Amino acid sequence: MIGQRKDLLGLEDLMAEEIVSILDTARTFRDVLDRPIPKVPSLRGLTAANLFFEASTRTRLSFELAEKRLSADTVHFQTTGSSVSKGETLKDTARNIEAMGIHLVVIRHTAPGAPHYLARNLDAGVINAGDGTHEHPTQGLLDIYTMRERRGRIAGLRVAIIGDVTHSRVARSNIWGLTKLGASVTIAGPPTMIPAEVERFGVAVAKSVDEAIEGADVVNILRIQLERQRTILYPSLREYARVYGITSERLKRAKPDVTVMHPGPMNRGVEIAQDVADGEHSVILEQVTNGIAVRMAVLYLLAGHKAPGETAAETPAMEAKPTHGEPSLPPRR
Amino acid sequence: MPPKASVEQVREKAEILDGDGLRRAVTRIAHEIIERNGGAQDLVLVGIRRRGVPLALRLAKKIKEFEGIDPPVGALDITLYRDDLQTIAHQPVVSGTDVPCRIDDKIVVLVDDVLFTGRTVRAALDELIDLGRPKAIQLAVIVDRGHREIPIRADFVGKNVPTSRREVIMVNVEEIDGHDGVSIGEML
Repeated sequence: MIGQRKDLLGLEDLMAEEIVSILDTARTFRDVLDRPIPKVPSLRGLTAANLFFEASTRTRLSFELAEKRLSADTVHFQTTGSSVSKGETLKDTARNIEAMGIHLVVIRHTAPGAPHYLARNLDAGVINAGDGTHEHPTQGLLDIYTMRERRGRIAGLRVAIIGDVTHSRVARSNIWGLTKLGASVTIAGPPTMIPAEVERFGVAVAKSVDEAIEGADVVNILRIQLERQRTILYPSLREYARVYGITSERLKRAKPDVTVMHPGPMNRGVEIAQDVADGEHSVILEQVTNGIAVRMAVLYLLAGHKAPGETAAETPAMEAKPTHGEPSLPPRR
Repeated sequence: MPPKASVEQVREKAEILDGDGLRRAVTRIAHEIIERNGGAQDLVLVGIRRRGVPLALRLAKKIKEFEGIDPPVGALDITLYRDDLQTIAHQPVVSGTDVPCRIDDKIVVLVDDVLFTGRTVRAALDELIDLGRPKAIQLAVIVDRGHREIPIRADFVGKNVPTSRREVIMVNVEEIDGHDGVSIGEML
């Protein structure tokens, strides 16, 4: 169960029940965000380090807010102007940070597997905030959370993921999470951006965007990632917009109350048309708000991990109550 | 991820209140709340999850019966405010706080089944104060079993039961446990 995990590295590793337990916990934190004082003392005394070896605005801000809303102390680290530019290795950087008494590490890195490497080498909990083209689990979780809030369920949902699937860690985390929870996922995009044998992930590949959108409950539009492509995979942005861009005309093929999502930042007029981005179906800003709640849930659940050998101290009892029926609070010892 | 049902085995020793006894205690507390506050104006009842919630609903029903005013009822999940999060084995499940109205300038009656160390109430007070600025906060419990670890007392008590630390007080409510009553047990 997630409460026994030290790290969150990807949705590939999680069981369906663990994903559901994160989503349920996130709902409580979503309520906290609407309070007059949107802050709880749960992680008081813990310190989180946000290590960003790759540019990020919203993910970094979202994690920082989540940590602060939980009363954790936060420290930040960016590659520019740090000792990484002086030649320090990832492991040494991390060990130094750990020597400063950090409990949770949030890491974004260009190299797939960098968070896994840290997780193996540190006692601190590690959260993957995006590793190259591999996974971005908290983005996947917040997408799934938003879908569940909007559509009321995940099992049986028809989700279309449109765009550059090959270079998208968001797509990979979405696919792992959604298929585990029983959604049916269809992907579409330029053939150069669809990974070979992607059907093995349990998704369908549509021949065209129109085919993928047909009857969809959710359309999740991926960003064209110019920075992650070494070669040009399509002739021009204008052609991409014409063949693969989501317009309100195209959206008519989906369910009438379709939910439109985008992980941001958007290339308006390329993968998503202006009127779709700001339209009635768009939940793009809702995703951003939900992201804080989902990250609070992940931080809260991982903070409960105890390293092997480190036993929970005997605590003075709160009201001792044996529980009957299904308990919602744990036994207070 | 349901938490383990109970860490220790408990042997029930005696019934302190039966269903009727519990009902009478709730009725008396409802009268006392009205008397203390000169009516039911501006009252909000907030139950501490889990058993405080059905008890708060019952108190509200009685108050409506006696005064014709239906006070709002909320539920408080104090999990995120516990003072032992760093020392328990893994994070408890949070089921959410749900207080349906603003509590600013209201008289909040906090309701729980058992008052023991006082730590739960301490956490609940912190959470309430984050939700707003009530005119007053009062505490109603069905059983006060002693052994306070912090200076907290109840304004309304169903029954004072002197206990040893090895003993366990079980307040059972129909809504959760299938029957009403209060009994005392012993950890084995």
